[in-house]
Amino acid sequence: MNRALSLYAGLAYLFLHAPLAILAVFSFNSSKYTVWEGASLVWYRALLADTRLLEAALNSLLIGAAATVLATVIGTLAAYALWQRRAPWLEGSLYLSLVTPEVVTGVSLLAFYQWIFRFLDVRLGLHTVIAAHVMFSLAFVMIVVVARLRTIDRTLEEAALDLGASETQTFLRVTLPQLAPAIGTAALLVFAISFDDYVITSLVAGVDSETLPMVIYTMARRGVSPSVNAISTLITLAIGLLTLTAERWRRA
Amino acid sequence: MKPRTWFLLPARTVMLLLFAVPMLIVAAYSLLTRGAYGGQGAPWTLANYARLLDPLYLEILLKSFWIAALATALCLLLGFPLALFIARARTRKTLWLALVTLPFWTSFLVRTYAWMFLLRDTGLINTILLGLGLISEPLPLLYNDAAVVLGLVYGYLPFTVLPIYAVLDRIGPELLEAAEDLGATPAQVVRRIVLPLARPGLLAGAVLVFVPCLGAYLTPDLMGGGKSILIGNVIQNQFTNARDWPFGAALSAVLMVIVMGLLLLVRRKTSEHGGLP
Repeated sequence: MNRALSLYAGLAYLFLHAPLAILAVFSFNSSKYTVWEGASLVWYRALLADTRLLEAALNSLLIGAAATVLATVIGTLAAYALWQRRAPWLEGSLYLSLVTPEVVTGVSLLAFYQWIFRFLDVRLGLHTVIAAHVMFSLAFVMIVVVARLRTIDRTLEEAALDLGASETQTFLRVTLPQLAPAIGTAALLVFAISFDDYVITSLVAGVDSETLPMVIYTMARRGVSPSVNAISTLITLAIGLLTLTAERWRRA
Repeated sequence: MKPRTWFLLPARTVMLLLFAVPMLIVAAYSLLTRGAYGGQGAPWTLANYARLLDPLYLEILLKSFWIAALATALCLLLGFPLALFIARARTRKTLWLALVTLPFWTSFLVRTYAWMFLLRDTGLINTILLGLGLISEPLPLLYNDAAVVLGLVYGYLPFTVLPIYAVLDRIGPELLEAAEDLGATPAQVVRRIVLPLARPGLLAGAVLVFVPCLGAYLTPDLMGGGKSILIGNVIQNQFTNARDWPFGAALSAVLMVIVMGLLLLVRRKTSEHGGLP
């Protein structure tokens, strides 16, 4: 029984990890086809020459950075407030946003933006994507920070207040430091989700705000492209490193 | 400390403006008529919902249900033994768990693409089989329903392993030892003790997989290659190429109602048993 279970687990892990590992290996293949012809960095060099891809990567980084800062700050403040009081409507909408199918979130935001544009002189662009990303990552920030708040001893705050600290001082110097690891994890999670999103982003992006997943998607739909193998490997590595860092922070 | 209401203000503004209002707009649009150039306007109507009874769309809705159910069943079936393995592992538990969550952190799009790379006509599997002379023509592995199910299972398998592991880990070893001492076979122990205790985890895992699979857009589009159309694809299409926003809005509303109904049902079920969320 135990041996069979271990064997099964081995196969399951192979199923989970082999596809990405194989993709990574073939990103170093010098041939354009799926036949191994020798190691080469030719596809990685091709990435550096692809201006459309580089521009999209820059957009993705910008969107990711802005959404991370905004969602983390807004989510942390709200999580802290929810520690002291309930806010049923906010909690309900966050829960719903979490279970709403991505495509529905995307089309509803698109409908909202088009409606608002009747009154305001703005267009779809980086800002509309950033706003969308802040919205859908808020629930994730709250989950991570609220979980950490549950483990914090409230009497520490009371002690600080008793000893003469102002409310702001208490929040900044007693509560916030205890939350730091969770805030760090939440920020990385937001960045990873934002950087990866295709479905919602493609619906609310303007012509000048193409993101990396949008370019990869177009290339993947068109067919074989060793460049996609290379960029995929780079993304996997980058996100893998981010995750490891997040894990470190969480345990700190 | 006294509650600071303004701490909630930014989050409330974001969720109201970018979640609640957009949802209400979709609900309103679903009752409007499509304009000549793709816009929407009066008169108010239920025609968009009536169109859902068209066999074409009913079939797509049913197929979405069926594919999501199949993917969920497979995820549970494949996830349970893996969760059992991790819960029973004596060493390196964290590592085994991390190996399950790692692909969850990596890009969903990249993971889907990795399977396209393996399965397409000129992909690795067909290239190897052709090279070995086992087949003379590439097998049609990609761009069909089976590929969509595979993509969904691959994408959401971690979602079942984690909640199942969480419940299995709480089952004390003495319970299993007692059953074994009393003469139960390993299969009996799993069927009569482990499975019933794992029910809340199985249910949570099923919901976590079924809900996103039902509204999936990316996987059917890439792995199904436009041949396997699910409700998520129809919604996206109504808002882009077809430019029939009222109909797309009606489909979105129906999907939302189905998802919320399911969650309510499961919530009632789990609270009856005093189980997970």
